[in-house]
Order: sequence, then C-alpha cells, then structure tokens
Amino acid sequence: MEVQKTALYNIHKNLGAKFVPFAGYEMPIQYKDGIVKEHISTRTYAGFFDVSHMGQFFLEGDETLTEALEKIIPADLKSLKINHSKYSFLLNNDGGIIDDLIVTKTKKGFCIILNAACKENDIKQISKFLGNNHKHLLNNDLSLIALQGPKSVEILEKLIPGVSNLKFMTGNNFNYDSDNLYITRSGYTGEDGFEISISNKKVEKLINFLISNEVKPIGLGARDTLRLEAGLCLYGHDLNEKINPIEANLKWAIAKKRKDVGGFNGWDKIKNLLTNGSEKIRIGIKPEGKVIARENTKIFSTEDNEIGLVTSGTFGPSVNAPVAMGYVKSNFAKVGTPIKLEVRGKKYGGKVSELPFYKKSYVK
Amino acid sequence: MSEKKFSKKHEWVSLEGDVATVGITKHATELLGDIVFAEVPDAGKSVEKEGQAAVVESTKAASDVYSPISGEITEGNKAIVNDPSSINSDPEGASWFFKLKIKDKEELNSLMSKEEYDKFCKDNPN
Repeated sequence: MEVQKTALYNIHKNLGAKFVPFAGYEMPIQYKDGIVKEHISTRTYAGFFDVSHMGQFFLEGDETLTEALEKIIPADLKSLKINHSKYSFLLNNDGGIIDDLIVTKTKKGFCIILNAACKENDIKQISKFLGNNHKHLLNNDLSLIALQGPKSVEILEKLIPGVSNLKFMTGNNFNYDSDNLYITRSGYTGEDGFEISISNKKVEKLINFLISNEVKPIGLGARDTLRLEAGLCLYGHDLNEKINPIEANLKWAIAKKRKDVGGFNGWDKIKNLLTNGSEKIRIGIKPEGKVIARENTKIFSTEDNEIGLVTSGTFGPSVNAPVAMGYVKSNFAKVGTPIKLEVRGKKYGGKVSELPFYKKSYVK
Repeated sequence: MSEKKFSKKHEWVSLEGDVATVGITKHATELLGDIVFAEVPDAGKSVEKEGQAAVVESTKAASDVYSPISGEITEGNKAIVNDPSSINSDPEGASWFFKLKIKDKEELNSLMSKEEYDKFCKDNPN
C-alpha cells in the first residue's frame, strides 16, 4: 500500500517535522522543539495535533441504524442526545475490543472517530450489521485537528465565537470562512481542548491562525506521553481483540442499561466478568527511580512470580518520572501493591499506581 | 587530552595517558531526542571494543552505548545518571559516560577523525 499523507503534510515539513510511518500514513513524530518541550507546552499553553489519519465515519439512517450499531457498540446510543459524544468500543463475539472510538449523535445519525490503523476493518465489521437503508461514508475530504491545553478555549473562541459554551464530550456545527466545521470539546491529553473537523481546503488557514497565536505543533511522540500520563489507552498496545473492556478496566464505558439488558457482541462473557471479575486487569505502574519500563516489560510479584506485562511505558515529562500501564493478575491490582519490573535482564522495583498519573482539567 | 576519535555507532573517545573517556556524540543526541535515562558501567568491569557498555533512553526508545575501545572501566559518570537531560546539553563535554583503562592503543587507529565522522554522518543521516 502506498504511504498516505494528510492535507497538512507540507505544513508539517515546513515546521521541521520528523516523519515516521504510522498506520499507513507519513506522520510527524516530533518537530524542532522535541517531545518534552511539546508535551510541556501542551500542558501549560496549547498545542495542535494533526489527527487527520483517524477515520471520520458518518452514518445516516432511522432508528434501525441505532439498533444495528448497538449490536456491536455497548454504549446507550438510543438515549444519546444530539451533539453528545461517548467513548466506547467495537466488540467481537468474545467481547474483545476491535477498536476503541468516540461516537457522537448527529441530526441524521452518528459520527464515529476510528483509529487510523483499524478504520478499514472497523467499517467491515460495522457494515455486517447495517441494512440497505443505512448510508455510510468514511469522509477523506475532512481533516481532524486536536487543539489541546489550558489556553485552547481562549484562542479558539477568538476565531470561532461560541466554542467556549461547549461542555466536555459535546459538540456542534460552527461557521468558519463560509465553511461548516464540526467541533467537539474532547481530546486525548488530559487537558481541556477541542477536536475540529474541517475541510482539507480550509485546514491550512486554521493552522496558520493557531500558529499566529503561538500554539505549537505537537507530534505523535508527545501525543503518546500526554495520553499515557492521562491514563488513556492506545489501541494496538493497551487494547486489542483479545482484551475485553472489563480486563481493560473500562467497564465505566459500558452503559449501565446495556450491562443489564445486553444485546451486544460478547455480552455473555462481559456479564459473567462483571459478576465474577476478570483474571487480569489493566493497572497504572510507577517504576522506582528513573528506569523506564517499556511495552513488553515483564511484571513480577515481590516473590518473583511472573504476574503480567507492560503494554505502554515511557517517561512522563509532567510527572517528571517514568510511567507505565500494563496488565497483571487481578489479585495484584490494588493501588500501592509493590511489584518488580524486568528491564534488560535486571529486576527493578515499582508500584501499582492510580490512573491517571496526571490530573485532568476538563470543563464539565 | 588527545584529539577525539569517533565510532560508526556515534561514540567519541579521548585519551589521557592510558585512560580513555567515552561519550556519545552531539549527532547521536540529536537522533535520540530528549534523553530521560542513562545507565553507566561500574568501575572494574571489563569491556570489549564494540561491546555493549552503557544504556541511554530517550522519550522515544532505549539504545545501547558501545565501547569504541577495549579495557577496564575506572569510572561511570553518575552525574548523567542523576540528570539524564544533561546529555542533551553537553554530550561531548561534561556528560561523558565512562572512563576506562585501555588495553591496546592500536585499537584507536580504526576509529574516525572529526572530519571523517562528520562526513560519515552526512552520508548516513539516520
């Protein structure tokens, strides 16, 4: 497959981006400032992220569309109000996570934001449940820009009046340069911020405005350190088809009504796990000292029994310490439990930690 | 100290008497990005030319640091362990990795001069 580029590729290049192949796209991993500075400027001011590689999947249809989607998505889509968003998943028959996503109710149906690496398969999986009267489109004419950080609202309000009224996990249509934008108050950094869906033709103008307001470009590197400090999962690392939402410690993301009534892929399994607990569960990890426990680091009990595996690990610039997430046997999951981490053949101490590592400041 | 010599794995070495000081090059730190972890060998450890001797990690990934020359470690630089970000600021000065008593001075001849190393980096940008 040919490597794809987003509409902002040349802008990234001019901003000094270092590119890496990611999910079939040539994406900036970092810019001139480097990961730590990009991370800090997002936390203290604001940063923008080109996330146009993610799928913007639009579905239209009547109430039978909602019923169809509820077979594969365990959110309460029937009660979801227009312009409200939920974090949820696509589930397979075994309750495993095919992808994690944000679903937003629109006037005509739904918009689902899908992970870039999963989007094609996701659409196949969703399509199995759709009828002839349901229309769907993966819109590649739209870019998606995340604006994140404490100054985001002040800056974006200057350009697009009204965005400051949005509450966390809600969205709306806005006019900009005689174009229609869809903006949600959401993100993947643990900061207040927005995700802006904008036509590929207008995105450059928006970015120039952000740059003129000293908003820094942020690459995938800092996106990873930001989301990990915020305790958010990265699909393909912390989540995959063999992990279900209970193991992933994401049962909060399954609507209460759906837990009770079911009617979605993998419900039998999930219902059982909700009652009896799962064998393993996702936890936060704080290694002792400065040692970084990266993905696939083995986790041991203090008695040297292997109890799990790290799925994401890095240095957290705002925590100013290494941070990690992983899966351990459930009886070792209590916050504060001492563990050992095997890095380069040597065992280092660590502790099960609360998530997030970094406290959020969402506007509710 | 002698003039610095450079390896293809982006280490530098400088010799004073029979004790060599080893670090990673500025070019290496630029490739690595923000350095957040360093591990240096303890005194007394023997290292072989091109053998793994230390570890450096950036926000992106972990990398081994090799010794460009054989010998016995006399000192690891604890200052870079305590403040790994100092490697980004002064990689070819205060932020050396380790010192070692060298075994064979001849080994230095296979390393590159500053000019040769700069050309090597230009030809192999990654």
